[in-house]
Amino acid sequence: MTNSRKTGLAFAAVGVLLLIIGFMQSWNVALGIFNLCLISAVMALGVNMQWGYAGLLNVGVMGFAALGGMSAVLVSQAPIAEAWNASWSRLFISAICFAATIAASIVCYRKLAPGRNRNLALTLVIVAGLFVTRQFLDPAISSIESIEPAKTGFLGGLGAPIIFSWLIGGFVAAGIAWCIGKVALGLRADYLAIATLGISEIIIAVLKNEDWLTRGVKNVTGLSRPVPYEIDLQTSPWFIDIMTWWHGGALEALDSAARQQALKQFVIDGSSIFVKLCYSGLFAGVLIIVLLLSVRALNSPWGRMMRAIRDNEIAAGAMGKDVTRRHLEIFVIGSAVIGIAGAMLTTLDGQFTPTSYQPLRFTFLIWVMVIVGGSGNNMGSVLGGFLIWLVWIEAEPVGVWLMEAGTGWLDEGNALRLHLIENAQHMRLFFMGLVLLLVLRFSPGGILPEVVPRQKSSD
Amino acid sequence: MEAVTDFINALVLLLNFIVVPGLSYGSQLALGALGITLVFGILRFANFAHGDTMAFGTMITILVTWWLQSKGVSLGPLPTALLALPAGILLTVLLLVITDRSVYRYYRHHKAVPVTFMIASMGVMFMTNGIVRFVIGPNDQRFLDGERFIVRARDFKETTGLAEGLSIKVSQGLTIVIAILLVAALFWFLQKTRTGKAMRAYSDNEDLALLSGVDPDKVVLVTWIITAILATIAGTLYGLDKSFKPFTYLQLLLPMFAAAIVGGIGNPIGAIVGGYVIAFSEVMVTYAYKKVFIYLLPQSLEPEGLLQLLSTDYKFAVSFVILVLVLLVRPTGIFRGKVL
Repeated sequence: MTNSRKTGLAFAAVGVLLLIIGFMQSWNVALGIFNLCLISAVMALGVNMQWGYAGLLNVGVMGFAALGGMSAVLVSQAPIAEAWNASWSRLFISAICFAATIAASIVCYRKLAPGRNRNLALTLVIVAGLFVTRQFLDPAISSIESIEPAKTGFLGGLGAPIIFSWLIGGFVAAGIAWCIGKVALGLRADYLAIATLGISEIIIAVLKNEDWLTRGVKNVTGLSRPVPYEIDLQTSPWFIDIMTWWHGGALEALDSAARQQALKQFVIDGSSIFVKLCYSGLFAGVLIIVLLLSVRALNSPWGRMMRAIRDNEIAAGAMGKDVTRRHLEIFVIGSAVIGIAGAMLTTLDGQFTPTSYQPLRFTFLIWVMVIVGGSGNNMGSVLGGFLIWLVWIEAEPVGVWLMEAGTGWLDEGNALRLHLIENAQHMRLFFMGLVLLLVLRFSPGGILPEVVPRQKSSD
Repeated sequence: MEAVTDFINALVLLLNFIVVPGLSYGSQLALGALGITLVFGILRFANFAHGDTMAFGTMITILVTWWLQSKGVSLGPLPTALLALPAGILLTVLLLVITDRSVYRYYRHHKAVPVTFMIASMGVMFMTNGIVRFVIGPNDQRFLDGERFIVRARDFKETTGLAEGLSIKVSQGLTIVIAILLVAALFWFLQKTRTGKAMRAYSDNEDLALLSGVDPDKVVLVTWIITAILATIAGTLYGLDKSFKPFTYLQLLLPMFAAAIVGGIGNPIGAIVGGYVIAFSEVMVTYAYKKVFIYLLPQSLEPEGLLQLLSTDYKFAVSFVILVLVLLVRPTGIFRGKVL
């Protein structure tokens, strides 16, 4: 009972913080933060599945989030017919070559006895296969990239509504996670961490450089939206009616000229809030679905098995559980959830910029959320996502404000003062680290520790 | 005769674009990887904060360098940063000892699992990163002064009469010399001194070492001091060679980990070899060999493309492909790791 009260209290505190931001700064800012809180919570849930349920240390969160973002581009952008026409035959052949290479290397791996010969044969097959593939792929890529490079220069996407990309992003991330998991999951915890960190960097490097796929560092902007545009809302009568009704009291008091002016401002502000609310609804829907499923999963026999494997792999193995397969399973599922969150994030941004993926923001910050919120506890991760994102965003204005207040005794143009105020924003990194260390030291279970739904043994 | 000149030209090209940059970058990586491997061998965790420790040490060195420059102090042809290094090392030692006392010691005494140490090191990474960005800002800083080149490309061409030039920067020469001296000193310390032997014993078998009267606190303290020295020097050399930017140092963490693991984590020789393996494969895989083959092959066989295996943007990917391969084929690394 105390536990659910604690959960309620913690979420109420976050709600109050958001309300304070709403009143002090603006509702637009508060809603913007709230939307990202929702996305962060989904991402943290994904990491929590891997770390909290199964004890897998995935430090490649950034890579899976970026894969989700890529799916948003590939699903929503209109296909570029010219590029396809110019390259489809070569692309097709290179895809076949690539598949053949993979198949041949699998055959090599299965049929040959382990040893130097096998390694040599494998290397040969892969190098030769990639060489042949590139013979077809390179001209295809250059023909794609040469078509209006300033505007498109890539293959485009499916031209489907962007909201499907959330699902597809999950599948893409899951697929890649399966490949990575097959290779890396046998490793010890710290090696797995380093390997996933590296793999996420590789994913980002590919997204930055393969212009034919995602336009690389030229970015894709102006993605379509699952919600109405502000500009359309501002001209649609029903929305203006709603705004008139909503602000009825305030408008009554004005004369007609001022009323027109005020109404216009209300409609402009209202449209942007309305759009954010639509996003909030969609994201909250996804969060609730993922959360419900994870709560069910964690409390099911499957969840118990996962925790058993996490707590003692050898014992669980002795009980007949297939540890490797279960690890792969949870790694894929968790990565899929991260991919979904990544696609939602790109949808919200309306653009895909590979250079914006940085490990501190996309990997380590999510980890702070999971650890601080409470690893192994789904509500904890959601709370961590909300709280840490709030702090992360608000640390900047608060830090600047503190520095201004703290250096008030110095001259206006004092070099030290200017430096402190200018760099105050970087203190949030310091603060995040401090929070992480404090929680890890004094409350290792996080704010909402894991709840094991059975009686504790007396050991 | 022409064939011989062509061959020498090709060699000079390779020397200029692969061997010299590979050696200096490899030395920087090796020094960084040594720090990671020492911490792993003694404290038994992968230290995610190492890149930022390097950034911190370099930052202090840069600040002191600027102060010295403003006082008009200089080392003539050598960079002033060398004079500032001791200050950088001293403060970095202080930083590492403070983090050990306030963060890691608690977990050590409670015999926490390595993963907990690793997550704690992520927290330390955040904090150090925050300090560095707060003090010096997130932008590029240059602090190289003195002579730029040991060998200039144009002078080399004039002296030898070759078509291709060879240039060696002071920072590159300095990196290689300092790395050799430092590694020699480290190995002398580990092999010959009492403390060094205690460290090796502790790394090999903690319980046995404790039974033999090795003082664990001293071993840990010395480890952090050595790590600070290595990290500050590696970071400063990298900063002199390229430029200093906090974000770059975070990214250096990846190739350094790769170097340590490829060589065999916990093994100092492995870290050095790993550093050069990673550096040379990064440089070699991303170099465009067209010109070399133009010199080597008869005119009729001249290559069409750039003959570049991968674009330069994939150099981080190279180190990780190697890392993953090593982990799969030989998880203990080239030199069976885990012991100092």
